Amino acid sequence: MTNNKNLKDRTLGDAMQSQGISRRSFLKFCAATASMMALPPSMIPAIAEALEKARKPSVIWLSFQECTGCTESLTRSHTATIENLIFDSISLDYHHTLQAASGEAAEEAREEAMKENWGEYLLVVDGSIPTKDMGYSTIAGISNLDMFLQTAAGAAAIISVGTCAAFGGIPHAHPNPTGAYSVYDIIKMYGNADLDGISSASLSNNKGGSVTDTPIITVPGCPPIPVVITGVLTHYLTFGTIPELDHLGRPKAFYGQSIHDRCYRRPFYDKGLFAETFDDEGAKKGWCLYKLGCKGPTTYNACATTKWNNGTSFPIESGHPCLGCSEPHFWDGGGFYKALSVPTFDIPTTAVYAAAGAAAAGVALGTLNKSKKNSAVKEHTKTTIDDLEKE
Amino acid sequence: MSTSSSVLDSFNIQASHDLTWNVLPLLHQIKHAMDNLVDNNVNEVIDLRSIPLAPGEEDNLLNFLGQGEVKAQLNALGPSEILETQFNGVWLITHYNDENEIVSRHIEVTYMPEILLSQMQDIRSSIQRLSEKLSESQTDNSTESTQDERH
Repeated sequence: MTNNKNLKDRTLGDAMQSQGISRRSFLKFCAATASMMALPPSMIPAIAEALEKARKPSVIWLSFQECTGCTESLTRSHTATIENLIFDSISLDYHHTLQAASGEAAEEAREEAMKENWGEYLLVVDGSIPTKDMGYSTIAGISNLDMFLQTAAGAAAIISVGTCAAFGGIPHAHPNPTGAYSVYDIIKMYGNADLDGISSASLSNNKGGSVTDTPIITVPGCPPIPVVITGVLTHYLTFGTIPELDHLGRPKAFYGQSIHDRCYRRPFYDKGLFAETFDDEGAKKGWCLYKLGCKGPTTYNACATTKWNNGTSFPIESGHPCLGCSEPHFWDGGGFYKALSVPTFDIPTTAVYAAAGAAAAGVALGTLNKSKKNSAVKEHTKTTIDDLEKE
Repeated sequence: MSTSSSVLDSFNIQASHDLTWNVLPLLHQIKHAMDNLVDNNVNEVIDLRSIPLAPGEEDNLLNFLGQGEVKAQLNALGPSEILETQFNGVWLITHYNDENEIVSRHIEVTYMPEILLSQMQDIRSSIQRLSEKLSESQTDNSTESTQDERH
C-alpha cells in the first residue's frame, strides 16, 4: 500500500513500516526524540502520534562565511541511528558541503527543489553574509547575498544554525572587514528589496520577494550542540510548527535557562568559592570559574545538561570557563578570561550581612548578581555583560 | 558503571565526594513517584539527560539504585537495556545506538515499562507473517504428497 504513495507524500510512519521497523523500535525512537528535543517524557505518546503522520519536508542548507564547524558538529552527532531516521525522513535537497554535485549542476538542483516546493521548504543557513563586497564569498559565481535572498523568498521557515548565521559571529567581530551580518539582519536590511534587481539568476516561480514575515529560528553556538540542531529540525518535522522562541529567536527548550543556573558548580558560586587561577586548589576542587572569566551567567544554552561528546562533559566540567559562544557579539565581549564583574567596588552592608563569616567577596558577588538577575527576571529582561560590568 | 567510576577517579580533576547535591533530591523524587504509583496508579518517567549532574553523580545514583530481579535486553534500532533496580517498580532504561553509545537514559517508576510490552501493531503483522508461513508450508506439503502419489 505504502509503495503506491508518492515519495513526497509518504509519512514517517509509512517510511518506518516499509523498512520493517517495529512499533517497539518506533517507541524507542520516540523516547530518544523526546530527550533530544528537551521535551518531558510525558510528551512521548504525542510525539509518537505526530511523527507517524509527519511528512517529508524539503530542506535546503546554505553555507556562507563559516568554518564548516556547524556541519561537522551535526554530522559527528552521536545519535547516529536516530539522526539517520530523521534524515531519511527529510529531503536534504541542497547542502554544498555534503552533496556530490558542484557548480552549475548543484545550483540547478537547488533551483529545482525551490520550484517544486516553493513556499514549503525549510531553509537552513550556516555562516554570516557579507555585504561590503559581493566578491568576498560566492558559490558558483552567485554572491551569498543573492543566493540567500533568492532562496529565502520561498522558504516556509529559516533556521540560522551557528552563531555566525544567528548573530554574525566571528566574521562580524570588530572590525568586520567583510560587512558580515546575520540572517535576521539581512532580512531586516534587504527583505523588502526587489529580488530581480539584486539577483543575477532568474526564477520562474518567484512569488514577489518579501521575506520579512518568514519565521526565523536561531540556533546559536560555536558550534551549536549537535542534538540541539537535530532537535530543532525534529521539532519542525514532528509538529510542523516552530518551537517556542525567546526574544533572540532561540528555542526556549534549549536556550531557556542560563548555563550558570544549570551548572553543577553553581553551589560553589553561591558559597563564594572560586578558582582564582587554573592550577590553584580551587581549580583542583572544581570550584566556580566565575573569576576566571566564565560567561555562564549571561549565556543561554543547553551545554550544562545535554553536554558534548555523547553526554561526556562540557567546557566547565573540563575546567574551562564558558566563552558565551551562543550569545550575540561573544567575540567582542571584552576577553574570554576577564570576569564579568570583579569585587573592586564597595560591597554594600546588606550584602556583607548576607555573607557573614563566609568568604565575603564571593558570597556578596553572588548576592548582588542574584538581585540583579531577579530584577531582570521580573522585568522579563536578561542580565547582560554590560549590566554586570557596570556593577 | 564500575569502569566509568574508576576512570572518573583516576582522570577527572574535579571528582569529589562533595559533588553529590543532585543524588539525594532525585532519590526523594523517586520515592514520591513510588508512593504515587501505589496510591494513584500513576507512572513517572525521569529523563536523566535533563538534569545537570556533576561528574560521578549519575554513577552514584545508579550504584545506589542497584540491580533487582529483572534485566532485559532489547534489540531495536540498536541495543537497549531495561533493568529493574533493587527497589521494585523503579526501572532504569538505557537506549543505545548501533555504535553502543547512549542515546537516552530514563528512570521509569511503573509496574512494567511500556517498551517491554508486545505492541498491537507488531502482533497484527506477526499474525500475517505466521499465516503466510503456514500457507507456504501447507503448499509445500501438498506438493510433496502429490509427488509421493506419482511415485
